[in-house]
Amino acid sequence: MDGHSTYVPKSGIARWFEQRLPIAGLVHSSFVAYPTPRNLNYFWTFGAILSVMLGIQIVTGVILAMHYVPDSKLAFVSIEHIMRDVNYGWLMRYLHTNGASFFFLAVYMHIFRGIYYGSYKAPREVLWILGVIIYVLMMATAFMGYVLPWGQMSYAGATVITNLFTAIPLVGTPIAHWLWGGYAVGDPTLNRFFSLHYLLPFMIVGVVVLHVWALHVAGQNNPDGVDVKDVKRDTVPFTPYATVKDGFGVCVFLVIYAWFVFFIPNYLLSADNYNLANPLVTPAHIVPEWYLLPFYAILRAIPNKLIGVLALASAMGLLVFLPWLDTSPVRSGKYRPMFRFFFWLFVICCIGLGYLGSQEVSDSTTLLARILTIGYFGFLLVALPVLGLVEKTKPVPASIADAVLPKGAAAAE
Amino acid sequence: MMTRLKASLLAFAVLAASVGLAAAQEADQPKPPEQTWSFHGVFGRFDQAQLQRGFQVYREVCSNCHRLSIAFRTLENPDGPGYSKAQVKTLAASYQVTNDEPNDQGKIFQRPGTPADIFPPPDAFPNDQAAAAALGKAPPDMWLLAKSISYERGFPWFITDIFTGYQEDGADLIYGILTGYTHKDDPQWNLYYPGHKIAMPMPLQDGAVKYTDGTPDTVQNYAKDVAAFLSWAAEPTMTERKKIGFRAIIFLIVLSGLLYMVKKRIWADAH
Repeated sequence: MDGHSTYVPKSGIARWFEQRLPIAGLVHSSFVAYPTPRNLNYFWTFGAILSVMLGIQIVTGVILAMHYVPDSKLAFVSIEHIMRDVNYGWLMRYLHTNGASFFFLAVYMHIFRGIYYGSYKAPREVLWILGVIIYVLMMATAFMGYVLPWGQMSYAGATVITNLFTAIPLVGTPIAHWLWGGYAVGDPTLNRFFSLHYLLPFMIVGVVVLHVWALHVAGQNNPDGVDVKDVKRDTVPFTPYATVKDGFGVCVFLVIYAWFVFFIPNYLLSADNYNLANPLVTPAHIVPEWYLLPFYAILRAIPNKLIGVLALASAMGLLVFLPWLDTSPVRSGKYRPMFRFFFWLFVICCIGLGYLGSQEVSDSTTLLARILTIGYFGFLLVALPVLGLVEKTKPVPASIADAVLPKGAAAAE
Repeated sequence: MMTRLKASLLAFAVLAASVGLAAAQEADQPKPPEQTWSFHGVFGRFDQAQLQRGFQVYREVCSNCHRLSIAFRTLENPDGPGYSKAQVKTLAASYQVTNDEPNDQGKIFQRPGTPADIFPPPDAFPNDQAAAAALGKAPPDMWLLAKSISYERGFPWFITDIFTGYQEDGADLIYGILTGYTHKDDPQWNLYYPGHKIAMPMPLQDGAVKYTDGTPDTVQNYAKDVAAFLSWAAEPTMTERKKIGFRAIIFLIVLSGLLYMVKKRIWADAH
């Protein structure tokens, strides 16, 4: 999106409008003519998948909000009213709950793609940071959304996470009381969580717009990590090439999503959340939603409350500094064998931490969680900086067209 | 010598067996065995006759202590028990329901139920506190019971469940608990209830409920039918969900196939 678009409106009305608000030209240059590297693989379709999931969450969420009541005595019953009495209420609810999970599944694929192919490196640092901001906003939104049904796990989760603020010395407890609207999680907390849960997704939309804008300034990264040298040889117009490929990727993703929504809608949920919240009965087994489990495991692994909270925050916060932690001049992991090895170790750490986050605390799980936490921070703080300085990389292709040509026929036109 | 060897081998076998048995029982919660449910899987549907028998068991046995906060009219649902409008009207009228608003004199009063009303709480226990005072622990409302209880599936089932579409863990656990009172001397010991000590003594006996469609009056049948009924009560839209889901997924698969062919055609010259 650099300079004026080459779009020429076809009708008189369109020309009139284009002179006053050049939105058609903007869409044309951003999503039709926009040059897209020709060597992208299917991991690049997750951007479109994420946009679709955000849209689904907002549409189903707004409809649910028409029937949901954010009062601690009525919230649980209002959701059952949605499930049983509201026409297709069950569909809206299951789309929304499973939509959150699939939103996170897509975002994790999208993030790991970014780490593997070095998409966070210059000149895409701001793009990456905007992405981390979106991720944090997503987690806040999902956390508050989970409290809304006011089930046992909703209440327990709200209590555990908001209690983290009490770890802050001096001002921690007053901050927690201010957040709660009382001395414990209660009706005021539910009400304000509903308000914020409605607000945050629109903040996410705003940051997504900035994210796509930042992307279009630099252009997409690609699996070979080489810059676009010749627009005609290295790229294809976004429409129809990427549009159709993204459409296919979105459709396959929706098939899996639909399987969960229609046939195993409660698979990812805790059964205990179908019990009304009871402050006097603590659930035997408090577990957050799966997408928060790795951070939960890190929090529990550390014996000191304040340091645990700091570790939790920095596990996410450190991601912001990824462009500067990684010192390698080679962008894509495809040409960095040593980095690839540590990358997969990092993935295993994340999955392992996720699993441990779901288990009851014991000596062996705590020990393993501590080892994996060291692995997690070790990758970010030690492996990334050091690897760039010592690793032997494979030779990078001269251009995207060169990377693609050996595979296809006479691709260069 | 042979008899001594045989005897010591036998003693060893008995010892090993009893240690193994004790370990199995003392070990983690045994998982309730998976039953065959008519509503399992992509094409699973509720069996109307089973739901009606299950409702009969609920009414005659469980409703003495347990609430069921569903509306009378939902019993007319053709995907569910499928009672007729007249039957449901008569059923509702047989209950006394507290009116929402006081009468003209300002007094709260009771009146016969209508299909729009929700099943009232048991007469003896108008609220949880009264129930806990009388019974020690408030019996849970049964409207969501089948979805609110579960057991740890363990590896590899928590993976295979995604593909088989197993969602009947609540029903299996209800059936297991109702047929799991295996210690004759302790009416509150239950094989499948977490922690083995359940506040509810065994509620079902053979012959306690007289079925009218010829199904044998056994505890196993009562347990199966009431578990199916409670599964319906927790998720009355299941049938609609699975029907729509089947069509939605077929549509999406066909659309994916078409999009793939278009993608291949468009990209033919570009890779």
